[in-house]
Amino acid sequence: MATDDPAQPGSGLEPPHHRAEIVFGAAAFGAALVLLALLGRETTWVNGQPLTRQPGFWPAVSIGGMVLFGAAELIRLWLRERRSGGASIGPELVRWVRAGEFVAWFMAYVWLVPQLGYLPVTLIFCAALAWRLGYRSARMIWVALVTGLTVVVVFKSLLKVSIPGGAVYEALPEAARNFMILYL
Amino acid sequence: MEILGDSLSMLARLDVMVALLIGSVGGVIIGAIPGVGPAIAIAILLPATYALEPLVGLTLLLGIYGSAMFGGAIPAILINTPGTPVNALTTYDGYPMTRAGEPQRALALAFGASFVGGVFSVIVLMLLAPVLAEVAPLFGSREIFLATLLGMILVVLAHRGQYFAAAALLFLGIFLQTIGLESVRYTQRYTFDQSWLTKGVNLIVVVLGLFAISQAFLLLTGKDDTPRPPRLKGGLFAGLREVLRLPKFVLPGAGYGTAMGIIPGVGEFTAQFLSYTTAQRLSKTPERFGKGAPEGLVASESANNAVPAAAMVPLLALGIPGEALTAMMLSVFYVHNVIPGPTLFQTRMDFVLALYLCLLALNVLALVFLIVATRPLLRVVAIPNRFLGMAILILSFVGVYSLRNSATDCAMAAGFGLLGLILKRLNLPIVPIILGMVLGGIMEAKFRTSLARIREPWDWINRPIAGAIFALIVLVILAHLIPALRKRRKA
Repeated sequence: MATDDPAQPGSGLEPPHHRAEIVFGAAAFGAALVLLALLGRETTWVNGQPLTRQPGFWPAVSIGGMVLFGAAELIRLWLRERRSGGASIGPELVRWVRAGEFVAWFMAYVWLVPQLGYLPVTLIFCAALAWRLGYRSARMIWVALVTGLTVVVVFKSLLKVSIPGGAVYEALPEAARNFMILYL
Repeated sequence: MEILGDSLSMLARLDVMVALLIGSVGGVIIGAIPGVGPAIAIAILLPATYALEPLVGLTLLLGIYGSAMFGGAIPAILINTPGTPVNALTTYDGYPMTRAGEPQRALALAFGASFVGGVFSVIVLMLLAPVLAEVAPLFGSREIFLATLLGMILVVLAHRGQYFAAAALLFLGIFLQTIGLESVRYTQRYTFDQSWLTKGVNLIVVVLGLFAISQAFLLLTGKDDTPRPPRLKGGLFAGLREVLRLPKFVLPGAGYGTAMGIIPGVGEFTAQFLSYTTAQRLSKTPERFGKGAPEGLVASESANNAVPAAAMVPLLALGIPGEALTAMMLSVFYVHNVIPGPTLFQTRMDFVLALYLCLLALNVLALVFLIVATRPLLRVVAIPNRFLGMAILILSFVGVYSLRNSATDCAMAAGFGLLGLILKRLNLPIVPIILGMVLGGIMEAKFRTSLARIREPWDWINRPIAGAIFALIVLVILAHLIPALRKRRKA
């Protein structure tokens, strides 16, 4: 994986996005505590069975581990923060939030495929996302369209992965409809 | 010899050959694209391989797994960006050689060393197979439980400087696999009265989210960059011959890769580190390491490429995957009702040997492909980052949606994608989550089976192999704890 990190963790020279670890660490620790509090409600206690045979034993072990090591990590981060401090972590948090836009793109794609069909939605998605990412030349839009078409042909037409035909395919003449449902 | 003949006849089929060719060539190409890597490719292709026969599906995935590191050396050497994470050490000496006007020589050394590493480990493992067939049946529930525990401890200890975070993420993985209807008393665990959680959290959904979708988000939200690799002049043969003149750096690397690959949870990084430091000690010019030393380059490449074959040992012999890629392959075995573990070596040695022969063949195919096609491959190195992100996103959709045609799975994968993005940005490890999910399930099942024969705590370790694994666990912990305590006392 390409990395843009100028400093390694633990070197005391962490860039702001490493310092955002404390935000993530606190959120993860909080989530682990909530799960621990829900242990009685979300697992069943079977009378007459020893602890190790209880259905809740492994969830308890795993959540216990998350709480224990999550707390240790949080303390480590807090000590590091006190020692080195540094720049604002805001830009890093903004980047996490910005990824939400692409979650929306992805979920829109997921929602549209069963409605409009795999091939049409993939072509529209590739061209639109390429445009959104700043590839405005006709060449790059064509490359995006060919990429989308290749993915559909390789996976649905050749490898026959299970992706249902779009609802709009029902409006097509029978021969075309069957072909589209099976291959595109 | 009879078994070898059976294995060869299993491979002598058009579909297996085509899968091997596509896997090997595809693996090299995928490895050469910075930001993709074999984990993402395997995660995306996994559901597609469920429809194939076990040997065909596994050959395809093994091809990608075994040959990606060959391709990963190309951007590491030419543009100082490792194609796969394990090629990071290759940049230390590979890129300085490129800057010194020797990119062709550096590439040839890397390819040659990778080839020797890969072939060395397959041959060693083929020779070891009869021994493994004798030893594997001695592993009962207790032994597999303890070996899984050892694997988990090693996974955490492999993340130097991040032990607490790695342990917390490992336990998160164990927790994720407990969600849903448990299989003994059929009670719900952490389903929050949601019917879609009753079946549990699907491993492939988590893998695709954490590896592939997170990488797409990372590339889509980052700066756009189009790398420009330098032009190559001349052939690769002179460099390939040079590898043969460096056996004291290549062979220890291959040995480290084989040994570290067999141990669950250790893998390429430790093997490379040990190989590189050994090579530096053995070299007459240690001061050149990190500045373009051919010895350093071949040491790291031979070590990392010896790991994939060796990593198949714990998976095939004990059913315990040692890292994320073999964890994904485990699901292919399960889908086809081929259960890796002690009995596989006894009853299906031909199948095991066929997989090893595939690994041997893919090394040859990858090398031949690189000799012929390194120049055209430079084009894939230059794919713009964000465009790559878009491609990974649409490929991830195929992987997740084709599992059960479920939008809920896609939403869950997107959620894990966000988690993966955050973990990658913070340099926190993802692999412990995947191994926690896979090893946690094995551990719980073996723990329950073992309890029937356990009367007192001593019973856990009173058999020879169980005792040996327990001793190893204690040794591994002490080996990490004592130096850390000494260091603290000195400070």
